Amino acid sequence: MLALFYILIGISIASVIWQLTNIFNLKTDIADESDNDQQGKLMFAFMVGFYALMIFCFWKYSAVLLPEAASREGARIDNLYMYTMGLILIVQAIMQFLIFYFAYKYRGIKGRKALFYSDSHKLETIWTITPSVVLAGLIIYGLSVWVDITDVSDMENPMVIEIYAKQFSWEARYAGDDNALGRANVRFIKGKNTMGVDMTDLNAADDIPVRELHLVKGRPVIFKLRSQDVLHSAYMPHFRNQMNCVPGMVTQMAFTPTMTTEEMRLNDKIVAKVENINKIRAEKGEDTYEFDYLLLCNKICGASHYNMQMKIIVETEDEFEDWMLSQQSITEVLK
Amino acid sequence: MSDHHHKETFVTKYIFSQDHKMISKQYLITGIFMGVIGVFMSMLFRLQIAWPEHSFSIIEAFLGRHQDGGVMSPDIYLALVTIHGTIMVFFVLTAGLSGTFSNLLIPLQIGARDMASGFLNMISYWLFFLSSIIMMISLFVEAGPASAGWTIYPPLSALPQAIPGSGVGMTLWLVSMAIFIASSLLGALNYIVTVLNLRTIGMKMTRLPLTIWAFFVTAIIGVVSFPVLLSAALLLIFDRSFGTSFYLSDIFIDGGVLHYQGGSPILFEHLFWFLGHPEVYIVILPAMGIVSEIMAVNSRKPIFGYRAMIGSIIAIAFLSTIVWGHHMFVTGMNPFLGSVFTFTTLLIAIPSAVKAFNWITTLWKGNLQMNVAMLFSIGFVSTFVSGGLTGLILGDSALDINVHDTYFVVAHFHLVMGVSAILGMFAGVYHWFPKMFGRMMNKTLGYWHFWLTAVAAYGVFFPMHFVGLAGLPRRYYMNTAFPYFDDLSDINVVITMFALLGGLAQFLFLSNFFFSIYKGKKASQNPWNATTLEWTTPVEHIHGNWPGEIPAVHRWAYDYSKPGADEDFIQQTVPLKEGEEES
Repeated sequence: MLALFYILIGISIASVIWQLTNIFNLKTDIADESDNDQQGKLMFAFMVGFYALMIFCFWKYSAVLLPEAASREGARIDNLYMYTMGLILIVQAIMQFLIFYFAYKYRGIKGRKALFYSDSHKLETIWTITPSVVLAGLIIYGLSVWVDITDVSDMENPMVIEIYAKQFSWEARYAGDDNALGRANVRFIKGKNTMGVDMTDLNAADDIPVRELHLVKGRPVIFKLRSQDVLHSAYMPHFRNQMNCVPGMVTQMAFTPTMTTEEMRLNDKIVAKVENINKIRAEKGEDTYEFDYLLLCNKICGASHYNMQMKIIVETEDEFEDWMLSQQSITEVLK
Repeated sequence: MSDHHHKETFVTKYIFSQDHKMISKQYLITGIFMGVIGVFMSMLFRLQIAWPEHSFSIIEAFLGRHQDGGVMSPDIYLALVTIHGTIMVFFVLTAGLSGTFSNLLIPLQIGARDMASGFLNMISYWLFFLSSIIMMISLFVEAGPASAGWTIYPPLSALPQAIPGSGVGMTLWLVSMAIFIASSLLGALNYIVTVLNLRTIGMKMTRLPLTIWAFFVTAIIGVVSFPVLLSAALLLIFDRSFGTSFYLSDIFIDGGVLHYQGGSPILFEHLFWFLGHPEVYIVILPAMGIVSEIMAVNSRKPIFGYRAMIGSIIAIAFLSTIVWGHHMFVTGMNPFLGSVFTFTTLLIAIPSAVKAFNWITTLWKGNLQMNVAMLFSIGFVSTFVSGGLTGLILGDSALDINVHDTYFVVAHFHLVMGVSAILGMFAGVYHWFPKMFGRMMNKTLGYWHFWLTAVAAYGVFFPMHFVGLAGLPRRYYMNTAFPYFDDLSDINVVITMFALLGGLAQFLFLSNFFFSIYKGKKASQNPWNATTLEWTTPVEHIHGNWPGEIPAVHRWAYDYSKPGADEDFIQQTVPLKEGEEES
């Protein structure tokens, strides 16, 4: 690819220099009949090229896109997304055609007079009302999804987990048996109490600090997010969710995982994607990659913003209980 | 004003000029200079994105102590994206675009001798110049320039412990922006007063060209929203330098707790985006006005739906001030507030759609003169539609949370306000170059410039949507820390190649521009056969614009191919014939 890159630069520089010689040709200023014709046809050619680019991208790059959502809320979002994207593509296809086709069709010819057409209330009403109706539909549908994913009051037996961000790593804290997180503030940070948990709060005693996020398939999770220093954002693309971590306040997001890590690894799209990734890695001599859910920092936070990692594992209730048993509560950790 | 002839020296004519035409040229050339730097920075960081660990001698040459063996450091990567954004949004597309064309066209197209206050106008430019200099100086400070993103969210922008660029670099950024805002406000007030008070006889508001309507409304949005950014910046300066806690609270960094308590970064985000969102319309509305004008001239047709165009400009301007929250769906803002902002945001699609349909109808059954400016205008409509449509995803809170801050956003806003506004600006330069410099630009170079730019723009930003939809966050120094993204490296290489092509193509523009100033073919008085007033002034610039009386105006600006007329255009100064109806 790098060689191709240098060749391309060479060609571009050469063609730019070649064109620069035209600068001395002072006769060329206003478009004449042959320019109109030529440029009009180029408009048509550009349209064809643009459609080709769009089709190529959808054909070639759909392989890199995210697989189906791994959460109940994500599935609803995907549905809304499909409708919106469908609408966008239809409108895009029509509008781009009209722009470039008209530019081609009505390219100037000497002696032809343009149509004096300055106004039409009928047309303008149509293209004010139509988008309004379509948008009303999108707004209503969009807001119903939004209310559904942000309203956690109807979640049954949710697990409460704190995600704690700092430059440049993540930590997490499970609420323990009482399913209530103890208070915390950065002013309590000391030694092993890296998240600043207030140990005088009775809810804190059974909290469980971890460095790996385990979720249960089918069990709703409410995340409480905090930050230690600057803004971070916990972005979990496979669950279609994201929320900023804001110093000085606790933010919240929630979803219900629907696929375990194992199940996602067997998903067709993921299988193909991982195969492709491993082919690329093998060429570079890097070790084999196995799929895991992502937790990304998605708010610029400093030099290592690009590399804030924590593993997310979605598993069955039994596997989760086993893992939980092997974790120490914060009281034990601080002993 | 034309009566008192004071003697012009070199300094009063070319440097501290109070003549709007000279000030407009000063804005344009400063804007182009800043644009070259901004675009060059994007070339550098695109190299880093495509080949993260490859050594480039160009990086070694330009980044000095911020690189190691030709590989840039993470801090300077973030600084480059920050300053690229700042320069392009504010210095090129606000001052360079609006400053140039508002100054040139407002007096000329409304029939005024000059701006309401030539002196304030001069101060406005020199404040802009000063802020540009300070921004340039910030590139050379020891710890590097501001690097918290162009949105400079605290606490990152407030704490040098968090990122080195938040030291002196950020101080200079804030000072530069404060001066920039003062410049922008002086300019905007001048534009508003001039449009309201100095129109010539017969120039009713409903006879103004759409360019003037766009500049006028842009100035109003600027006056409403820029002061809010100034207060946001001032409070940030307080937090940084005087230990206040407007935006900061509960911070533990470098092994200790800082004293800040009770502030909220979200306050800053609200203040920032209260300007920041209208800002994108400050950028795009002048381009829309320019494109509307150029499309009518070169289609030899009236702009379709003149009143609807004005109505949609005003509607967009009004809505633009109540949608800022769509940048904040994932900040922890109350979800109900998110719903409100989703609603207002999606409404903007209605006036935008009306504008797009009206431009397309203007092309319909026209007699299109494919001048370079016209190509750029058609390109503008195309990129504006392509970029605008994805706004339906980002404006919808439920969909935004999954693509927020990914490359999908980068692709969206570059197409809809970056590329579009730049295309509009180029269209304006090619179209009004004869008015500014009395000479013509070379069309062959112009055609090459347009096609290479158009191909590069879509080659860069169309595939970028897919990178974002794959889940890749923006502002990542390298994408190799997560093997999950390894299959995106090919797309990123393609994008970088197109970016370099686009960057190189601008040399065609630069050489054409500067060469034509001195050696271009002499322009005739009305080279494009346009109807508006600026083409009734002499080619050689004179102080006061018209040698004799200012002409009176008798009709709207769009009498192209009017039935019953001999020629395919009737200038605004021509009285209505007996029995002729005004359109």
